[in-house]
Amino acid sequence: MLKQTEGSHAVAEAVALCRPDVICAYPISPQTHIVEGLGELVKSGALAPCEFINVESEFAAMSVAIGSSAAGARTYTATASQGLLFMAEAVYNASGLGLPIIMTVANRAIGAPINIWNDHSDSMSQRDSGWLQLFAETNQEALDLHIQAFKLAEELSMPVMVCMDGFILTHACERVDIPEQAEVDAFLPPYEPRQILDPAEPVSIGAMVGPEAFMEVRYLAHAKQLSALEHIPRIAEEFEARFGRKSGGLVRAYRCEDAETIVVALGSVIGTLKETIDALRDDGVRIGVLGIQSFRPFPLAAVRAALQRARRVVVLEKSFCVGLGGVVSTDVRLALSGLQLHGYTVVAGLGGRAITKASLDRMLRDAAADLLQPLTFLDLDWRIVQRQLEREAQTRKSGPIAENLLRDVGTMAAKVA
Amino acid sequence: MQQQPPRSLRSLPPEGAVGDLGAAQRSPQQVKFYQTGTFTVGNRLLSPEQRTVQASIERSNSLNSGHRACQGCGEALGARYAIDAAMRATAKQLIAANATGCLEVFSTPYPESSWQLPWIHSLFGNAAAVGTGIAAALKVKALKGGGTQSDVRVIAQGGDGGTTDIGFGCLSGMFERNDDVLYICYDNEAYMNTGVQRSSATPPAARTATTMAVGDQPGADFGKGKNVPLIAMAHEIPYVATATVADLHDLEAKVERAMSIRGARYLHILVPCPLGWGSASHDTIRLARLARETGIFPVFEAEHGEVTRVTKIRHRVPVEEYLRPQRRFAHLFGATGRADMLARIQADADRNIRRYRLLDEEAAA
Repeated sequence: MLKQTEGSHAVAEAVALCRPDVICAYPISPQTHIVEGLGELVKSGALAPCEFINVESEFAAMSVAIGSSAAGARTYTATASQGLLFMAEAVYNASGLGLPIIMTVANRAIGAPINIWNDHSDSMSQRDSGWLQLFAETNQEALDLHIQAFKLAEELSMPVMVCMDGFILTHACERVDIPEQAEVDAFLPPYEPRQILDPAEPVSIGAMVGPEAFMEVRYLAHAKQLSALEHIPRIAEEFEARFGRKSGGLVRAYRCEDAETIVVALGSVIGTLKETIDALRDDGVRIGVLGIQSFRPFPLAAVRAALQRARRVVVLEKSFCVGLGGVVSTDVRLALSGLQLHGYTVVAGLGGRAITKASLDRMLRDAAADLLQPLTFLDLDWRIVQRQLEREAQTRKSGPIAENLLRDVGTMAAKVA
Repeated sequence: MQQQPPRSLRSLPPEGAVGDLGAAQRSPQQVKFYQTGTFTVGNRLLSPEQRTVQASIERSNSLNSGHRACQGCGEALGARYAIDAAMRATAKQLIAANATGCLEVFSTPYPESSWQLPWIHSLFGNAAAVGTGIAAALKVKALKGGGTQSDVRVIAQGGDGGTTDIGFGCLSGMFERNDDVLYICYDNEAYMNTGVQRSSATPPAARTATTMAVGDQPGADFGKGKNVPLIAMAHEIPYVATATVADLHDLEAKVERAMSIRGARYLHILVPCPLGWGSASHDTIRLARLARETGIFPVFEAEHGEVTRVTKIRHRVPVEEYLRPQRRFAHLFGATGRADMLARIQADADRNIRRYRLLDEEAAA
């Protein structure tokens, strides 16, 4: 059914169509509308039976999810940013125990300085947690990925994070196609747990494991992620066959066939990149974009295959590894081992800094001419950076950094260009 | 002096003393429920239905033999009593969530598990929340099966560190939502698993690895720490109780009572730790009893925030008798002893006695 709705609400409806048994809710922007939408469906009786639990923290949200999933319930929660960090211990625990929990991460920056806007720092901080991480480009894909994620998680008995850009997707009202319940039921079978807490067949789950078996348990998690490299495209194909649209998969190339320059990116910025690239193509620049839908497992072979005929690769990422540079770039470089490619890392959009077509156009023309710095910060305001560096050189008691910079910037609307 | 019997023993003759075997042809001997001097419960002399779960060949041995607890471990004892009692109360329809800590470590070195019931360990600070999740899953399963509530019940358990400190947020959340979980805290008054560090349940003056017995104020500070049974009562949950491993009947009865109620319940069991307390392993039961008889550890039940029953002190003893056998309090005694600190501990015990009315009015006067 076609519907004009907010991204968060589209996701709430998709999750409800998957018939979750237990939903844990704790508010954090920009995820809040998702659990609010689900809460209303449960409270009204439209989604039943389902336990909607208002927990006291994100740590509790994931912990309740661990208990309910281990007791055989299809379990969902959502979070973002500080919330994901606050639950980090339980995030690792859920994957270590092999519990197929689904969690939406409405991607948002991590403080300090506190910032509610979009970037990918939160998900990236958990990239080694053992969770699968799928990134949505559009609201339709976010909706579709949730339905695929339950199937994927339950087949593997591993948890899946569906990552969607905070505000840019969660709060954008767009047309989406919401599937029928019968179609989702046919696509997603009832949950059959591999392990369950059941008095009829008592098991101990979560025992201490020493050096004699720990590495093997960890390896098996890796083996599951490797097998997901086959499950993810197959599930995307099954989804397309039933619902008639392409969503998910490992990677998606756009105008890459003869491209000399390929931009690699995750999430909603792919849309802006496509438009920018169309314009560059009109000017004769041979350029394309490779979207990564599955960040964990990281599809090394698919990325390599898509990039190997290009001359240069620009990784545009909304995340930043302080002290090194790119996060996604590091993985892309690994995929390109042995290939003679120029590689650029462009850190962009941190804390919601708008990534405009104009900026992308400038940056990509520089890249195509090999004028780009290996590590570029898109639209960084060097003026206020220099001012703070000078201040720190001049005086020991230079004061709090963020507040100094805000004073230097002065009163203004959020920076967009 | 009078002893308040726990509920399930109410069929016994009241207040202590005299047991009734019920029929004329039985021995005319009067059974002293608490026999003078020995405190032996006298199981053999009771009718079968009044005997402890532990005395029954039907006991489920939920925490089976072969685990690796220390000799004289109060926590192993408390867990065994409590979980077996809960298994009987629920006809073995029980799932346990366990916090990280001694109980978790000594019971499940992989791949050997001592647990004879479905059991999960997730993290140090989330046992109550994991319990909530299990209860929620069970409820949905019951609703899907056409029922209204699950017959399978949930216990979450942990030590004092996992309960009063790191797991406190999840515990309070579980209480506040009145989730259908019985949380059991086995309180041995410090982080024993990591090597005896202070927790918020460590009593004043106690030596731990982080409250050293040196300086002007040796041991843990006075005026710090938290009373989680009282905090649980402040949540006005249906049931809160304290117990010790010195009184098996009372502990089992409280577990049974707890399992007869739906919603959030809290049971706080004092479990002496020979390793951390520096006590003889054969003194575990004696110390637990002395904690009660000094007034240091009040044993009571509360429903919806109101104290409904207290276990009276039978033979009041000065706190010294409880403290002296424990090396964690050694700096209070001897030539360089600290009479001032002993007096403060005695004053705290006296306050408990007043606050919970642990003595009969007459004896108190």
